Amino acid sequence: MNNLESDTQDSSPNTSDPQYLTFILENEEYGVDILKVHEIRGWAPATPIPNTPPFMKGVINLRGTIVPIIDLRERFGLEALEYGPTTVVIVLNVVSERGEQIMGMVVDAVSDTYSIADSTLRPAPDMGGVISIDFINGLATIDNKMVIILDIDHLLSAEEMEVLSGASDMAG
Amino acid sequence: MSIDLSQFQQVFFEESFEGVETMESYLLELDSEDTEALHAIFRAAHSIKGGAGMFDFTTIVDFTHLVETLLDELRSDKRAVTPDLVTLLLQSSDCIKELLHLAQEEDNSTPEQVIATKQQLQALLSGKELSGKELPGEEPSGEALSGNDTSSESLAALEQNSEASTESQDNTPEGWLVTFAPHPEMLQTGNEPLHMLAALQDLGPTDITCNAELLPDWTEINGELCYLSWQIRLQSDVDRDEVEDIFSWVEDECDLTLEPLTEQSQTAPIEAEAGTEQHQSLPELEPEQQPAIQPALPSTPAQPDKSAPTEERRRSDRREKPDRRGTMDRRSGGEATSIRVGTDKIDTLINRVGELVITQSMLAQIGRLESLEGPETLQRLQQGLAQLERSTREIQEDVMQIRMLPISFVFNRFPRLVRDLQGKLGKKLELVISGEGTELDKTLMEKISDPLVHLVRNSIDHGIEMPEQRLEAGKNESGRVELVAYHQGGNIIIEINDDGKGLDADKILEKAREKGLVGEDEEPKLQEIYELIMQPGFSTADEVSDLSGRGVGMDVVRRNINELGGNIEIGSEPGKGSRFKITLPLTLAILDGQQVSLDDQVYIIPLVSIIESIQTPEEPVNAIAGKDPLYCFRGNYIPLISLRKVMGQPEATEQEQLIMIVEANGQQYGLIVDDLLGQQQFVIKSLEENYRKVEGVAGATILADGRVGLILDVVGILRLYRRINQRRARRGDNVIRLNAG
Repeated sequence: MNNLESDTQDSSPNTSDPQYLTFILENEEYGVDILKVHEIRGWAPATPIPNTPPFMKGVINLRGTIVPIIDLRERFGLEALEYGPTTVVIVLNVVSERGEQIMGMVVDAVSDTYSIADSTLRPAPDMGGVISIDFINGLATIDNKMVIILDIDHLLSAEEMEVLSGASDMAG
Repeated sequence: MSIDLSQFQQVFFEESFEGVETMESYLLELDSEDTEALHAIFRAAHSIKGGAGMFDFTTIVDFTHLVETLLDELRSDKRAVTPDLVTLLLQSSDCIKELLHLAQEEDNSTPEQVIATKQQLQALLSGKELSGKELPGEEPSGEALSGNDTSSESLAALEQNSEASTESQDNTPEGWLVTFAPHPEMLQTGNEPLHMLAALQDLGPTDITCNAELLPDWTEINGELCYLSWQIRLQSDVDRDEVEDIFSWVEDECDLTLEPLTEQSQTAPIEAEAGTEQHQSLPELEPEQQPAIQPALPSTPAQPDKSAPTEERRRSDRREKPDRRGTMDRRSGGEATSIRVGTDKIDTLINRVGELVITQSMLAQIGRLESLEGPETLQRLQQGLAQLERSTREIQEDVMQIRMLPISFVFNRFPRLVRDLQGKLGKKLELVISGEGTELDKTLMEKISDPLVHLVRNSIDHGIEMPEQRLEAGKNESGRVELVAYHQGGNIIIEINDDGKGLDADKILEKAREKGLVGEDEEPKLQEIYELIMQPGFSTADEVSDLSGRGVGMDVVRRNINELGGNIEIGSEPGKGSRFKITLPLTLAILDGQQVSLDDQVYIIPLVSIIESIQTPEEPVNAIAGKDPLYCFRGNYIPLISLRKVMGQPEATEQEQLIMIVEANGQQYGLIVDDLLGQQQFVIKSLEENYRKVEGVAGATILADGRVGLILDVVGILRLYRRINQRRARRGDNVIRLNAG
C-alpha cells in the first residue's frame, strides 16, 4: 500500500485518460471508474436483509445513510471467504434508472490506480460465464497483466438485483 | 433583463394556488349575499392576474381578467349572484388552476375546457344571459376584454384604437407607436411600468423614449408617484391585442394610445433621439431619485444606434429559455415543495438551539478536564447529559411541529367535491366537518388526500340513497356525510361516516364468491365480509360509473394507508350507514417502536400494530395439519408466525421465546421472537433510497450502537409467511409426485 502513490504517478503519464481503481478478487485484477468510488472502508458487520440472495450481505449505516453491501466474490460465484481485518469494502456511487444510489462491495483487497486510455481497452470475449459481458466495459493490459474493467452501474443496478433476488426466491 | 424574475416564479405559483383555493372556498359560501366573501374572491383573482402579468403568462392574465370583470360586476351589484353564476365561477377557478399548472410546466397550450369557459364568460359579460351551453363566443379581442369597462377614459382610447386597427388591417403595420402615460398613482397599486416596457421589448425591437417633463424639482419628488411617461416605437408585426394585453391590467390607471407605425411615421428618429438624451441625463440630475422611479430607467436603453446589440441580446435571451426549462424540469422531478411556518415556531426552535449550544460547551468543558474523578465532576456530567437529552427531545418535537399542518388543508376540498357530486348524482347531501384543526405531518397529508377523496366519493356514490328512497326509508331527504379528525394516543384518526344504506353484506359475499375470493362453503363473519371490499379487483357497483366501480378502489386505498403505516377499519349497519376509520401515525419521519431480538439481530415493530406481548404459553399450542401453530388468544384462534422463519434465520436453539400479538388489517397473529428490548422512538430511514423495497420490512433505522435495525411491516410479514407456506406446499407436491414416479 505504501508504494501506491508512487505507482500512481508512474503509471499515469496522460492525465486526461480516465482513471481506474483496481482491486483483487481471487488473484484477478478488476477495475472500476475511480470517479464512482465514494470511499474505501474496512468491513463492519452489516444488518442482514431477509430473503435476499446470499451475496447480499445486508445494510450498514454510513453516516446516517443506509447502504447495502454485496459480496463480489459470491456475486461472481466464487467461493466465499471468511471476513477478516483486511477485508475491504469499496463504497460506490451507482447511477441507475432510479437515480444515484450508494452501494458497497466486498473485495479481497484494493490494488492500485491506473490511467487507462479508452482506446487501449479490448473487448471481452463472450464465454457465457457468470459475469455476463454486459458487465464488462473491456479488458486492459497493464505490465502484461490483464485488468477487467467493470461496468459498475450495470452490475449493481437495482433491477439487476431484482432479477437475481427473484431467481433466488424461486430457488429457495 | 436586469432582474431575473424566474426566482420569484415558484412563489407566484404557490401564492396563486393558494389564491385559487381561497376563491373556491369562498365561492362555495357565496350563495348568500356576502360582500366580504366577494371581496376576498376578487382580491384573490386580482393578485393572480397581477402576478401572472409580471411573469408574462398572458393566457392567465386574459382569463383572470374576465373573471375579475365579472366579479367586479357582482361586487358593484350590477349582477345578482345565482347558482349558475357560482358554478361558472367555480369552473373558472378550475381553469385558472389548470392554466397555472400548464404555466408551471412551461406549456403554452390552452385546454379546450378553458376556451369554452372563456367563451361562456365573454358571452355573459357581453350582456347575454348565462345558459347551460356555451355560446359561440368572440375571439378574445380588445373589444371583448373591455366590453364592460366603465372607465370612459379608456373607452375613448379604445374607440380611437379600434379605428386605427381597422385602418391598419389594410396595410399591415410594421410596428406600433405606443404612448404610455401612467397616472401618477399607478405605482401605488403595485404596478411597475418597467415590467410592461420589458414585456414590450420581448415583442420586438423597441425604441423607448422617456418623457420626464412632468418631473418636478427633485426636492419635491414624491417617491410614490410616477412622473414619467413613455413613447415606445415597437418594430414588430404583432397584433394590436398582444400589445394591449401588456397594459390590460393598468388600463384604468394610465393613458394609453396605440398607433400603427407606417413608413412615414417611422421617419422620426430625431425626436426619439432628443428624448433619449433627456432621459440619459436624468441619473445625473437626480442622484437621490426615489427607488420607485429609478428601476424604470435602465429599461429604456434604446438609443437608435444601439438597437442592433439590443436585438442580439434579446436573441440570446431566447436561447437561454430552453436551458431554463431544463432546470425547471429537473426541479419538478425532485418535487421541490415548501412550507410556510409561523415565526413563533421558528423563534422557539432558535431558543432551543441556543440551549443546545450552551449544553454542548458545558460538556466540552468537562471533556477537557484532566480526569473525571471526583463526585462533583460526575454530577456535572450527568447534569449536562440530562440537559442534552431534554434539548434534543424538545428540538425534535419543535422540528416535527414545523411539518405539522391542520388537516383542514385536505378537508377544505370536500365542500366542493360534495357540491359537484350533488349536481351530478341528483342526491341531496350535507357535509359535516369537524376537527379540521387537528394537525398532521405535511407529507402524510399529501399522501392521505387521494384515499380520502376516494372514500368520500364512495360513501356518496354507493352509500347515500336517492332522495325518494331516503324519504321512503323514513330518513331525512338529504344524506349526511361526516368527516371527523382527532388525535388518539399518538395517532391521528380520520373518520368518514355516512347515514346511507350501509354495506350490503349479502351482495358483497355473492360477488366475492363469484370472483372466487371466498369459497362456496365458507361462511365468513360480518366483519370479514366488510373487509372483502378491500380485496384487489373487488367492486360491487352494478355499473361502472365515472365516480367509482372500476375495481381499483378500496384495495388501493388500503394499500396507500398501509404504506403510511396506518390502517383502516370498516363499520356498517344496514340501513343506517357506514363508517370508515383511518388510523395514521402523526408523522412519517419518526416512529414509536418496540425492539425485539433474534440472536444478536434487533428488529423494530411499530407500536401501533402491537396488541400485547405474552410469554410462551403453558397451555398447548394447537396446530392444523401438524404444521401451522394456532394460539387461542382472547377466545379467537390466531396463527403463530416464527419471525425466524420469515426472516430466513436458522431455527431457534433452546431459548425462552415470547409471543407478540400484532394486528394487520384487522387480522391478528402472534409473532414469535427471542426477546423483548426497550421501547423508543426511531428515526425512519429509507431502504429504497439505495436498495429497494423489501417484503416484510417497512424501513430501517439507526440503533443506539450505530448499527442498522430493520423496521418490520406486520402486514408484509403476514404476506411473506403465506408465500413461504405456499411454496412449501408446492414443493411438497413435487416430492409426492417424484415419489410416485
